Amino acid sequence: MIIELIVNGEKRAGAVASDESLLTFLREELDLAGSKNACEQGECGSCSVVVDGELVCSCLVMAADAAGSEVLTVEGLAKDQELHPVQEALLAGGGVQCGFCTPGFAVAAAHLFSTDPHPSADDIREALSGNICRCTGYGGILRGLERLAGRDLE
Amino acid sequence: MEIARPTRLREATEAMAEWPDGLPLAGGTDLMVEINFGHRHPAKVVALRRVGELKEAAAERIGAGVSWRRLEAGPHPALAQIARTVGSPQIRSAGTIGGNLGTASPAGDGLTFVAAANGSVELVSSAGTRSLHWDEFLIGVKRNARRPDEVIAAVTFPSPVPTTQAFAKVGTRNAMVIATVSCCVIRHDGGKFAIALGSVAPTVMRATQAEAYINQESRPSNGAMSELQQIVSQEVRPIDDHRATAAYRRHAAGVLARRLVEGLL
Repeated sequence: MIIELIVNGEKRAGAVASDESLLTFLREELDLAGSKNACEQGECGSCSVVVDGELVCSCLVMAADAAGSEVLTVEGLAKDQELHPVQEALLAGGGVQCGFCTPGFAVAAAHLFSTDPHPSADDIREALSGNICRCTGYGGILRGLERLAGRDLE
Repeated sequence: MEIARPTRLREATEAMAEWPDGLPLAGGTDLMVEINFGHRHPAKVVALRRVGELKEAAAERIGAGVSWRRLEAGPHPALAQIARTVGSPQIRSAGTIGGNLGTASPAGDGLTFVAAANGSVELVSSAGTRSLHWDEFLIGVKRNARRPDEVIAAVTFPSPVPTTQAFAKVGTRNAMVIATVSCCVIRHDGGKFAIALGSVAPTVMRATQAEAYINQESRPSNGAMSELQQIVSQEVRPIDDHRATAAYRRHAAGVLARRLVEGLL
């Protein structure tokens, strides 16, 4: 079947073969490979996207059930060659090591800051508790985002 | 694969009636794991997340499609605490209380609240609506009494649930782990305790012997609390698995139940 949905503000359509996940659809059908495929059971957060305003693991969304939805992926964070503030914060804080988990952290952090521009350190930890960094590079990630939380996004 | 994406409950039940082999899909947090690992490939899916009626939430009737994220805000303190510790933010946004019922896991944290609050499960089909007490609905490990044409519509409570509630669970970390033992205690009107436990039997269970014991005591002594702990440890029916031994679960179940009851005295 062909499904239509809005991805990063653009109307997109693609073929869904079966019961595949939104993650597979994004990566293989729409060539949006920023969302990473690791655990396929919602444990690692590296496939995090925003669907209809909710932060979810795209590996746990059935692609066929995403028809008509609005999806934000890591590719939609930067605007006109300018990185999203959370991406800048991850860079500045040294929050990127091997980089595999970074897209998921960036989407989860962007979702947090879209609802609360000045989250507390605990809020940040809580919001990122579904994302795992196997390099254990949490210190840099948290420091970068805590700095971002302390200033105006304007 | 075929999929129906109803927006009204009536359309959902029509789809279920038309497709007796149709698999209901709520938040996907359990079903998609089975699909991703190749354990299941449904031919027909009825996706329920757009059905407005399932998302209605009131204190005495919670729609099956209400997410953990919404339940974190109340109105039931123990259920809110359960919701806060389900999975991760991503899981809580997608996962629903109806999904917990549908999966019917012995480790379903939300089910301990339903059991302690004497909840019932509302099942709707084209033929009508029926209500099953939680104990009749949960019939075994990951087995429930939903008929193939029925949609789990809501969980209902027989009377206002008192706010004297508490929940605790034991696990290896806060986010993303399935509980080794979970326990929900509600002190009902007249001071009667309901003690529900998860991960210690084929379904969530009520510690009825322990309840009968403690509910005779108007002002339980320290000795009575020790006795309560013992009875809980004896009446649970846990197994050894990769998360814990049965012996540890017996011990932890008694400790949790005692601690929660003491906190509500």
